[in-house]
Amino acid sequence: FFSPTPLLSLTMARRYDASTTTFSPEGRLHQVEYAIEAINNAGTCVGILASDGIVMASEKRVTSGLLAPSKTSEKTYKLCDHAACTVAGLTADANILIDQARLRAGRYTYQYQEAIPVEQLVEHVCNYKQAYTQYGGLRPFGVAFLFAGYDSHHGFQLYQSDPSGNYSGWKATVIGANNQAGKSLLKTEYGAKPKSDDDDDAPEEMETEEDPAEEEIRVPDVTEALRLAVKVLSKTMDGTVPSPEKMELFTMTLAEDGEGCAHHILTEEESKKVVDDVEAEAASAGDA
Amino acid sequence: MDTVFGVKYDGGVVIAADQGNARSILMYQRNLDKVVPLSSHSAVGVSGPNADLVNFSEYIQKNIALYELSNDGMKLSTHAQANFMRGELAAALRRGPYQVNVLLGGYDESTESSSLYFLDYLASLQKVNYGCQGYASSFCLSIMDRDWKEGLTEDEAVAIVEHCMQELHTRFLIAQPNFIIKVIDKDGVKTSKFGADPADT
Repeated sequence: FFSPTPLLSLTMARRYDASTTTFSPEGRLHQVEYAIEAINNAGTCVGILASDGIVMASEKRVTSGLLAPSKTSEKTYKLCDHAACTVAGLTADANILIDQARLRAGRYTYQYQEAIPVEQLVEHVCNYKQAYTQYGGLRPFGVAFLFAGYDSHHGFQLYQSDPSGNYSGWKATVIGANNQAGKSLLKTEYGAKPKSDDDDDAPEEMETEEDPAEEEIRVPDVTEALRLAVKVLSKTMDGTVPSPEKMELFTMTLAEDGEGCAHHILTEEESKKVVDDVEAEAASAGDA
Repeated sequence: MDTVFGVKYDGGVVIAADQGNARSILMYQRNLDKVVPLSSHSAVGVSGPNADLVNFSEYIQKNIALYELSNDGMKLSTHAQANFMRGELAAALRRGPYQVNVLLGGYDESTESSSLYFLDYLASLQKVNYGCQGYASSFCLSIMDRDWKEGLTEDEAVAIVEHCMQELHTRFLIAQPNFIIKVIDKDGVKTSKFGADPADT
């Protein structure tokens, strides 16, 4: 929807980019595009839809060893019993929107005594963001979200939203730094059959969007999705060796007692296990 | 004084109401339909002054229609509709109350079950198996207490309503010659029978 600005229009852009509420002659809102650019410098977030839940993995950027952790997380936030989100971008901006989302979810339950359908929650936050691209002369929110949620209408769902107020549903996606690299890895690996020892033929590659009619996507379970998420994060985090302290791994599944959802941020021990599994898989694949 | 009945059975709900529209010594109308469909699979039997009865039921009906339009055809469950309705009654209660007493019945395709809710003008809400609004409750609740059981069929549920109507015809001071009976099940809301055709102008 928003493509990178070609060099030619940069000179023209200067005259039309100061105000959010002004279109450029080519029909673009430069402030909104700049906001989207800002997020490309932020810590990466990966979201993957699994058969039994959703995985969201985020890059934690620790700016100083002296920092005292004030919250349980700076990337993952619970919105209500059945929805959570991860953030890429300006944390201060995100806090406002997260409040909005929590209020909306609560008010819906107050009114209907039922859980808000996930897409309605996402759309509400997005409509709120959209207003800042059209009214008041205020700058847009420099935040992109991955929303993960469950409802009885559509099961587990994953949505992405950006400063424009646009949103879309995904099976797997990446936001933040190096998201293009992450997305291309997901394209080849999401839904691919796990490599087995007798795999002498070329591994089948599943397309996530292009040929849905031709190939059936094999949806991973949460355990597999966690490994895939870690793989994607290692790629986006400048290809450094993945380390559990720099990642925040989150899963949402149905609670075991059947009442509501289970939100779980993996402990360091649990994260380490996933990272070790990924490294082992990479090592054995290298041997084959 | 309006009479509204509701009886839940296995796979649906029956909602019935008298068809009179009167005030003081005057009978304005004998074919009023007081069982208002709220969605494809729910309806509410309303009682009270005609203004509130019509205004409130249409307000809820249109808000439910707006929800479905705004949310790509997603339907509100009967439980959600009932709670929404109660919220509106409660909000208005200490401003200018809606003087309506209702019985809301609906069928939910997602759970393949029916439900019936009793709401009164003070914004109370209770899920029930059967219920009455108006003076009728003094005559008919005891009949329903006796006749209702788990696992009724549609015919049995309608029979309970007709048993109640018969009692009113015998013992109730106010003559209510016409009743409209509607059935809500997996196929939607349909009129089972009426004393006078609401469509007659």
